[in-house]
Amino acid sequence: MSNSMDKTPENNSPDKKRRQFIGYSAAMAGLAIAPGVTLFDLAHGRAPEEAASSKVRWGMLIDSGKCASGCNDCVSACGTENGFSGSRETDSQWIRKVEIKDLRIGQSHSLPMMCQHCEHPPCVDVCPTGASFKRADGIVLVDRHICIGCRYCMMACPYKARSFVHEELHDQNPDVPRGKGCVESCTLCVHRIDRGGQPACADACTAAGHNAILFGDLNDPNSEISKRVATLATTQVRADLGLNVGVRYQGI
Amino acid sequence: MNIEAFRKIEGQAFYALAGLLGLVVLIGFGAAHYMETHGHVVTGMTNQIVWGLPHVFAVFMIVAASGVLNVASIGSVFGKPVYKARAPLSGLLAIALLAGGLTVLMLDLGRPDRLIVAMTHFNFKSIFALNVILYTGFFAIVAVYIWTMMERKMHAYSKYAGFSAFIWRLALTTATGSIFGFLVARQAYSSAILAPMFIIMSFSYGLAVFILVQSFMYLWNGLELDPAILRRMKNLLATFAGAVLYFTIVYHLTNLYFAKQAAFEQFILVDGGIFTTLFWVGQIFIGTLIPIALLLHPTLGANCKTVIWSALLIVVGGFAQLYVIIIGGQAFPLELFPGMQESSTFFDGAIHYYHPSLPELLLGIGGIGMALLITTIAVRVLRFIPQDDFHHVSKEALTD
Repeated sequence: MSNSMDKTPENNSPDKKRRQFIGYSAAMAGLAIAPGVTLFDLAHGRAPEEAASSKVRWGMLIDSGKCASGCNDCVSACGTENGFSGSRETDSQWIRKVEIKDLRIGQSHSLPMMCQHCEHPPCVDVCPTGASFKRADGIVLVDRHICIGCRYCMMACPYKARSFVHEELHDQNPDVPRGKGCVESCTLCVHRIDRGGQPACADACTAAGHNAILFGDLNDPNSEISKRVATLATTQVRADLGLNVGVRYQGI
Repeated sequence: MNIEAFRKIEGQAFYALAGLLGLVVLIGFGAAHYMETHGHVVTGMTNQIVWGLPHVFAVFMIVAASGVLNVASIGSVFGKPVYKARAPLSGLLAIALLAGGLTVLMLDLGRPDRLIVAMTHFNFKSIFALNVILYTGFFAIVAVYIWTMMERKMHAYSKYAGFSAFIWRLALTTATGSIFGFLVARQAYSSAILAPMFIIMSFSYGLAVFILVQSFMYLWNGLELDPAILRRMKNLLATFAGAVLYFTIVYHLTNLYFAKQAAFEQFILVDGGIFTTLFWVGQIFIGTLIPIALLLHPTLGANCKTVIWSALLIVVGGFAQLYVIIIGGQAFPLELFPGMQESSTFFDGAIHYYHPSLPELLLGIGGIGMALLITTIAVRVLRFIPQDDFHHVSKEALTD
């Protein structure tokens, strides 16, 4: 009986088989891309045609208690990623290790200092052409096409975060265009962020097991960085200027 | 000597002077080209001292440009005939100095080839962008002002043009001072007093430059300037130099009053090396006290040569003052962590050193050469030499 039912013209029709094939294919395709979609979502990556969103504010929390004096892993990683080295007075340094010592109590700290990605960046205010700009997701950048090299942003930055390219550059990383006569600074490794990654300095610090640099979305209340900023005593460098920086420090 | 022979010699001398100034300008362009092709690594500027000698020259000329127009303003706006006769020359010098200063500023850019970008992309929150508009407007307004003074049919509008130029120049120098005044991050700047201080500096530098150029023109043409005119001007110059001193004192007292600025003041006033020397010897002694004493001296002050030397000393003092403000202000390290001792590979917490290079100096001198070349040619082509009505001069001399 059942056999006779299976052999009914409706069950064996070409239409039915085609529908089944399409259904199975869709299910297989779904299974294949689902992990990718999930990972993409988890990492906050976005499609190339999608604009940066102000729903996100990228930031970093640096724990100076875990940052060892003499360790330069973040600085080396930044140099390798963005294609620079050297420590002459004319060389670019997007990130540097600053050693600070409280002379009253003798306590010392070591910490990385870079562009603080301010909410109200003085460099953006003073730039005559608008080359210094803040992206919707809080990353402060320089548009290399309209930077005229006046260096007013370097005069305005309270963190000495910007460098001027003093000479011709060679062997550049195609992801990080740089050029003689323009000003540059930490981009928060924007090319990595846009692909769903995180800054090279944070990766290097984690890979070495220091875990002193935590990167994340300050606007997402469930992110690790937001939870820690909400519960721990964190510091903004030159908080008196009211710039609401994206890079926070812990333990100083 | 007959008039024909004089004209021939004078003509040859003009071409010699114009040729010499042209050469100075060419050397300046050559220096700028060298800096552009090799990058700023060939200058003394670094990532710590980002503005150097070209900025000292450029700011001096831009500030003096607005100040030199004061002579015209006193004539047109306040109706003083002695100054009115000098108004066209004052306007010409204003344009020439601004052109020289802006050329230096532009050629020092990291990308001078992108000048068109600076003229087409404006961030109106930037005082720099506002300055681009104020400088361009200044050229236009002063050019119209000169036209109303030199074209008989336009004389009726001269007072209005003069008044507009006076207001515009106040705005321009306010904006120039604010380039530094609006820098909240640095201890040397971030002060509202810098705007009025730059205005009074412009009065002093501008008048000093005017006296020097005017004296040279009279000497060149074998004319003698009425001592009564110079006497009026030297009293004004002494007053302006004194006013700059007053603002300088208030600026430093304000900084000294704020405990957080005390270390910076200690640096500039006591142990800042070249900056301390330039402040006390250059600005205060050579550029202020000696010229004021000379100008106000009952017998020496009446001598034309004394006035010219005093004007020269004020110009020298002006350069020293701007060197201390611009480079000394950057040499003192930024304070990221107040109360802490800082050190890093990027020279945090350390005094920054600056060794000006020859190309920078040549570029700056090239800018001055350009201002003087414009003046020399314009004076030759048009009637810019002061035309005094001696009836007014002697009358004013009596009432001075």
